[in-house]
Parts: sequence; C-alpha cells; structure tokens
Amino acid sequence: MERNNMKAWLYLLPAILFLGAFLVYPLIDVFIYSFEEGYNSASQTYHGVGLYNYSYVLHDPYFLQAVKNTFILVIFTVPISTGLALLISAGLNSIKKLKELFQTVFFLPYVTNTLAVGLVFMILFKKTPYSDGLMNLILGLFGMGPVDFIDGPYWAKMFVLCFYTVWVVMPFKILILTSALASVKQDYYNAAKIDGTSRLRTFTRITLPMISPSLFYLIITGFIGAFKAYSDAVALFGTNLNAAEMNTIVGYVYDMLYGNSGGYPSYASAAAIILFSIVLTITCINLLISRKHVHYS
Amino acid sequence: MKITLQNVTKKFPSRNKKVREDVIAVNNFDFEIPDGKLIGLLGPSGCGKSTALNLLCGLLNPTEGRIFFGDDDVTNLPAENRGVGMVFQNYALYPHLTVKKNIMFPLENLKGAEKMTKEAMEAKALEAARLVQIDGLMERKPSELSGGQQQRVAIARALVKVPKVLLLDEPLSNLDARLRLQTREEIRRIQKETGVTTIFVTHDQEEAMSISDQIVVMEAGVIQQIGKPQDVYDDPKNLFVAKFLGTPPINVFNGRIEKDGLWIGQDKLFDIAAPDGIQIADQPVTIGIRPEGFILGEGDGGALTFSLTEVEVMGRDITVVSAHPDCQNVEIRSIISSENREEVEALMEKTGTASAVRFDVKPHKVHIFSTETGQRIYFTAK
Repeated sequence: MERNNMKAWLYLLPAILFLGAFLVYPLIDVFIYSFEEGYNSASQTYHGVGLYNYSYVLHDPYFLQAVKNTFILVIFTVPISTGLALLISAGLNSIKKLKELFQTVFFLPYVTNTLAVGLVFMILFKKTPYSDGLMNLILGLFGMGPVDFIDGPYWAKMFVLCFYTVWVVMPFKILILTSALASVKQDYYNAAKIDGTSRLRTFTRITLPMISPSLFYLIITGFIGAFKAYSDAVALFGTNLNAAEMNTIVGYVYDMLYGNSGGYPSYASAAAIILFSIVLTITCINLLISRKHVHYS
Repeated sequence: MKITLQNVTKKFPSRNKKVREDVIAVNNFDFEIPDGKLIGLLGPSGCGKSTALNLLCGLLNPTEGRIFFGDDDVTNLPAENRGVGMVFQNYALYPHLTVKKNIMFPLENLKGAEKMTKEAMEAKALEAARLVQIDGLMERKPSELSGGQQQRVAIARALVKVPKVLLLDEPLSNLDARLRLQTREEIRRIQKETGVTTIFVTHDQEEAMSISDQIVVMEAGVIQQIGKPQDVYDDPKNLFVAKFLGTPPINVFNGRIEKDGLWIGQDKLFDIAAPDGIQIADQPVTIGIRPEGFILGEGDGGALTFSLTEVEVMGRDITVVSAHPDCQNVEIRSIISSENREEVEALMEKTGTASAVRFDVKPHKVHIFSTETGQRIYFTAK
C-alpha cells in the first residue's frame, strides 16, 4: 500500500511540477502583485502594499466599459449560441439525407482562423466611402438606413461582436450536441411514442434531461469562454479597443501589461483577479443550479 | 380485445446493394389472437418476431395486409392511437425520473376529456404499482432498482393506461435464471388479474411453453405452427417445431421406412402404416424421439441399441446419455424414471467401458419427418 502510494506520487510528479510552476505559482504571484502598489517588473520593486490597485481599476472608466462589454457579450451569446446549436443539432439529428454533409458544413467555421473570419465579417459589415457593405445592402432592401457597424454607434458594434462570437462558438456546440442527441437510445423514443407523448413533450421531458450533461458542459465552458473573450474583438475592431469602446476584461488586462498605456502589471493583476473571481462565482452558481437539473446516468 | 392479422407481410429493403431482393421479416401472417389470452411468439433470434411485435404496436407499418383490434382496422393508425402498452427488452425506463414519475408518464400525455388531475394520476400509478408489487419503491430512480424490479416498473408503466393489448418484447431475457422463473409466473398472474390480451416475444421455448395459452412458433418470417403449448409439443407439424420445443431437445435420427417397418440403422423400431391403414412408401426419413419416449430394455430386450456414455441421476428422474452413428444430435439423451434404479446402477458400473444400452420406444413419442421437406409424416404403429 505504502509502496503503491509512492509509485503513484512518482507518476504524478511531472504533471504536478509542471502545473505548479506554470499554473499555481503564477496564479499566486498575480494575486500578490495585485496588492503591491507600483510594482515594476524590470527592477522588481514596489512602494507599498494595499488595495489601491483594485480601487484604481474599479474606478477606471475603460475597465468599467470592458466589464460592461464582457457582460453583454456573455448574456447574449451564451444562451443564443447554445439555443441555436440545440435547434440545429435537433434538426440534423432528425434528417437522414445529407446529414453528414450538413454536419461538415456546420463544423467548418471551427477549423477556420478567427482573424480571417473577423476580416470577412469586417468586410460584410463595414461602411466605407466607396461601399456600404453587404449587410447595409440587405438592410436597404427593408428600407433601413446604412449603419456603420465597425466604426459607428455602440449598439451596432456590439451587435457585430455578439453575432461574430455566436457564429464562432456554434460549430463546437453543434458537434457536441449532435453526438449527445445521437446517443439517446431509440427505445426511449419508441416508448414515448407508444404512450402517446407529443413531440414537444418528448423533447422537453426526455431528450433534454438525457443530454443535460453535455448541455451543461457547453453552458459552463460557454460562460468561461465568453468571459475570456478578446481575440474576437481584436479581429473586428483592431488592437485599439479602448478607443473603439469595444474592450473586454481580458483586453483591458492585456492593454495594462503591454498596450499603448502599458507597463502597469499591478493594475493588470488586479483586473485579472477581479475577472477570476467573477468567473469563479458564475461557475459556482452554474454548478449549484445544475445539481437540480442535470441527470448523469 | 381480439386481434386479427390478415395476410400481414413486412419487407425491408436489402442493405446489400448487390442483392436487390427485399428482406422479408414477416411473411404473410394470417391468424387471430383471441381476447384476454396470453400468447407467446416464439422463434430463434432473427426470425422476425420483434418485427411482428412492432407491427402490432404501430412502430412499423406492414408492407401488405391488415391488422384489426376487435373490429377496428388499425393498420394505418399511429402507435400513440392504438391503445397498446409495451414493455421493451431493456425496459426503456426514463433514467432521470422516479418510479412514480415513470409510471405516471403515459397518463400525463392524456389530453382533452381524458385529462386527469394530479391526484387521480397518482392514485392510478399507485394502483398499477400495487398490481406488480412495487408500491414501496415509488420514490426511487430506475438505477437504484434490481433488474426484476425495473421489469415490474416497466410492466406497471405499460398497464397504467389500461391498454387494450399488452406487448412484451423478450421480457425475461435480462433477468437471471431464478428471477426469470419468478417473473414469468408474475406475468401470468398479472395477465390473469387484468384480463388484458397479452402477446410476448421470446426465443426461450420453456418460457413460452410454461405460461402461454397459445404459442406461435415462427422461423425466418414464416409461421410454423400455432396452438396450445402442449398440443404443439405433442403434435409438431414439422421437424423445426419438433426440434425447437422441448428441453432436452428431441433426439433426431436418420432412419428409413422399409417394408412397413421403421428403421434406424440395423434396428427396427416397430411396424407402421399410414393413419388410414395404407402402406407408406419406402423412403429415407428423419425420426425424432422425445427424451421421455424411451423405455429401458429389460434384460437383453429393447429395439434400439446405443453405446452408453454416461448416466446422470437427478433424483426425480435419470438421464441416460448415449450415442449412435445415425443420430444427428451430439448425444442421445433419454429420460427414464428413477424407479429403474437397479438396472441403472448396473448401467452405471458399465459406463466408461463403451458398452451398449438397449431401449424400447413409446410410439406416440416418436415423430417421423420427410427428410426432403421436413414435414411430418403421420403414421400408426402396428
């Protein structure tokens, strides 16, 4: 027993060392930096300890804008992308012909480069002196005026960002959900059919609970992914996100470390810790809710 | 509810692209199931019995033919409107719902005038649970139940709406041997108590024989014989039915009819004639002798001589295991009464030394089949 224990630790050692050095240690370090005022990474000096970094970050309008943007992104994209993915997967699961073709088509965005897709979106939505862009062309058909989605009003930019995020995260969700749906045994559907269960009720009372573990996994990772969004915004609006009012929390952290206003690791650490606590809280709430609604077989 | 099948055929398109011919899972079923009876649909796996069940419950539509429940033509009626209850082979209990919710599920689907209050549904569910004796487990999840208990929940769920017809697909195959015996009695009891016309599918002839009012033996989509279990056993129409029913299985020999005599190798069993006294033509035949059809020869007597392999004493009766070059079975098993103890003890001393054992046969336990067609050749022993 004792011997086995030693052996087990030995096997775990590489992973523990690696995670310790590159995950746990940095996390603790960031936590410490966030309390050290005016830390300078070059000279490794600081001139005080306290909550000033948090106070600064929480009063920084750029940070507040980033928090607002991130929350809007989370609130809209997670439910919409998961819901749409569920609809599409349910559809895919009930067709026989061309199922594989559609599966491939829906999965393609996943293997495409984010920045390349961002460029395409920009071209679709951008209004230039020479062209209003495809999106505005369509809007024009319904008699709505041209809107500059990339450099225009806040709501338009936010719409593009949400649209883009949903589009990017959906393929993976569709992949997971189609396989989850396919794994529900036909017998359950047969039993429900013989008992005269309507299609809607079959879906809500049988299908949904059966795929709830996959669905829950997607919601949790969806929340975390959306909170950590950054590259999507860069792909659409360039690197100066603060100026575009389109920054996210991770973008803010990045800017504080390296950006134009760069060189403030303490503020960056404080912002990172705030993001960490937000994600942790939301995930805990998710887990609590899931206990009642997720059925593991 | 009486069920009538009229020339029901179900074909599936062939999966094999080179062979364009359809697979006929159910071939021209034409029979009637009387009201309130327990019917066993019996056959080896792949013979189309589950397809037949799915045709009855409406999960599949027949390619040809009509199905009637009572006087109503239900051929094109979807499953949900047929009023059948079905127990699936793996029970298909909803794993996320408690036993109570599982049983109530069919009731919650009722609409319009049939809609029930929650209290009424709970009362109904409890009633069904009592019938199958699981009323103490209502708050459990299916995963917390044993196989036998899950089976009962599935039956309760199928019965709660008071179906016109109850269908069971291999109801006992997922249970262990002891539970199987118990549960089949249980199914019989529940069927008698509710009086609902019940059809169950099985590949286990013992199961079907023991509880059915009537058995339908089928092979390769074709009905071989329908009748009361004992009648089918005593009077099989063909070699397949004779071989399929009975444990230990019937002993099958290559024999012949020669000059009014029935022969296996050099041994003549007895003289025979057709039932109307006419001579049966000389021909090679397949002879089936039930294990209980043998009588241990007294002294040196006995029409048949086999080489003795083993004697198994089981208390109530004795199985003599022997061999014969013309026997199609791996071994010949003859069951004789344990009253023959002295002779048997003498036999047991001889086992292992490759000695002979002699038997006479009971003519009514001997069936003759055409070697060519497998059809029964009827005869009277002289």
